[in-house]
Amino acid sequence: MFHKVLVANRGAVAARVLRALKQLGIRTVAVYSEADRDLPYLALADETRAIGPADARASYLNQDALLAVLADTGADGLHPGYGFLSENAGFARRVAEQGAGFIGPGADWIEAMGHKTRARDLMAARGMPLGPSSGLLDDDAEATLAAARRIGYPVLVKPAGGGGGIGMLAAHDDAQLLAAVAQARSLSQRSFGCADLYLERLVERPRHIEFQVLADRHGNVRHLYERECSVQRRHQKVVEEASAPGLPRAALDAAADRVTRILADMRYDVIGTVETLYDGEGGFNFLEMNTRLQVEHAVTEAVTGIDLVQAQVRLAFGERLDAVLPSSVGLNGHAIEARIYAEDPLRFLPSPGPLARLEWPSGPGIRVETGYAQGNRVTPYYDPMIAKLIVHAEDRPRALAALEEALRATVVEGVRTNIPFVLALLRNERFVNADIDTGLAAEVVRDMKAAAAANAA
Amino acid sequence: MARIEVLSEITGTVWKVEACVGAAVEAEAALLIVESMKMEIPVPAPAAGTVLELRVGEGDPVEEGQVVAVIEG
Repeated sequence: MFHKVLVANRGAVAARVLRALKQLGIRTVAVYSEADRDLPYLALADETRAIGPADARASYLNQDALLAVLADTGADGLHPGYGFLSENAGFARRVAEQGAGFIGPGADWIEAMGHKTRARDLMAARGMPLGPSSGLLDDDAEATLAAARRIGYPVLVKPAGGGGGIGMLAAHDDAQLLAAVAQARSLSQRSFGCADLYLERLVERPRHIEFQVLADRHGNVRHLYERECSVQRRHQKVVEEASAPGLPRAALDAAADRVTRILADMRYDVIGTVETLYDGEGGFNFLEMNTRLQVEHAVTEAVTGIDLVQAQVRLAFGERLDAVLPSSVGLNGHAIEARIYAEDPLRFLPSPGPLARLEWPSGPGIRVETGYAQGNRVTPYYDPMIAKLIVHAEDRPRALAALEEALRATVVEGVRTNIPFVLALLRNERFVNADIDTGLAAEVVRDMKAAAAANAA
Repeated sequence: MARIEVLSEITGTVWKVEACVGAAVEAEAALLIVESMKMEIPVPAPAAGTVLELRVGEGDPVEEGQVVAVIEG
């Protein structure tokens, strides 16, 4: 097993990974930027190292600084967490060249799946269903318009090298399309260092269902069921569930089996999530693949009883899948996660500031993952997530009730949070009835604004 | 003509200044773009007018409620 692992990340995921490594008996190194030097999880690590200024480009994205810590501390493994360099193939290669194990899939997989049109081609060649889309767009406006007409409006302009919903723009006609392409190209170049774009058919209000897989370096792949992640704002997830409610188990299992077969055929390794859009008629269409641990992994852990981070570390070290997972993994109860963001609950604008008061709920079936303690500051340098609140109960109605109770017992003062949004979601009739799609968050916000206006009148 | 102070709605860092002192701006046009928590948020002109002052430059930190520009409109 790894002797010492460097956790190249911050916040809730750094805390989560440090805990898993400790449970595996592995020594740990945590890194921090100047803005994060007081965060509580650093105390969980055996060693800590400063890696630079608050700006992520100079610290958590600074490959040379991280590789210097790797060399300096003698760590033989590196866990990238999620975000930052977790899906950077060049970084994964440099870690390996330095003789350490990158705790994720091989760099070739990160590269292949990181480029969205290449990932689509790889999956489609093995029988994964896809929605209509273009290949990479060139600079020819006429060709772009022709591609959109072939797919049929509305279309979604997407960066091929992208992620996190950045640079994704909808277009309903030719004029909108050309403007969206120009804007997305500039944003994509700046955000991902890659100006490649493609078009996808814009499915109005689909469900976002994703399949969790684990794989070893010996050709074995298994899935750990699915997650429902349709509640999103700005194409970013806010609430996730396992299992996906209101969909036939047989259809979900068939889709999971198909994904597993395809990844086994490709000899994919370690950990991954296949994201799909489900629209009821077209089935589960491939959206993209994430080659890392995901934020929402905890709901899968809750319903399967598998520690995904420990499994990821052991698989990256080369252990066989049958040694890491029990022979059969079932589904137990229902789990739901709410991401607590430091943001305005109606406009979703960032709200950095001091965490003057911070109290979390506790009790059976409640799990809180955070990188902060009371008195810390949520700075504007990183993403707005303060914590993840995960509840696990016997069934979905009980899980929803438990989440509501847990949110009401949560106290966050000093910054605005999206807790009012999640509470409104939990009272939304469509959500309660599992009539969910990616348009639901906007509907909830509309209702909240209408209620606020009625109260003011 | 009224003098209007333009406030940043969020705490962050000025990523880009779009306006120039002395230039005419339309209502809702972005005067500058603030980067915060991995988002880019434009600070729009509250009314059409002329930019009298820009009180921040690219790379400067800004606080929620801080006056970042003044326009005459």
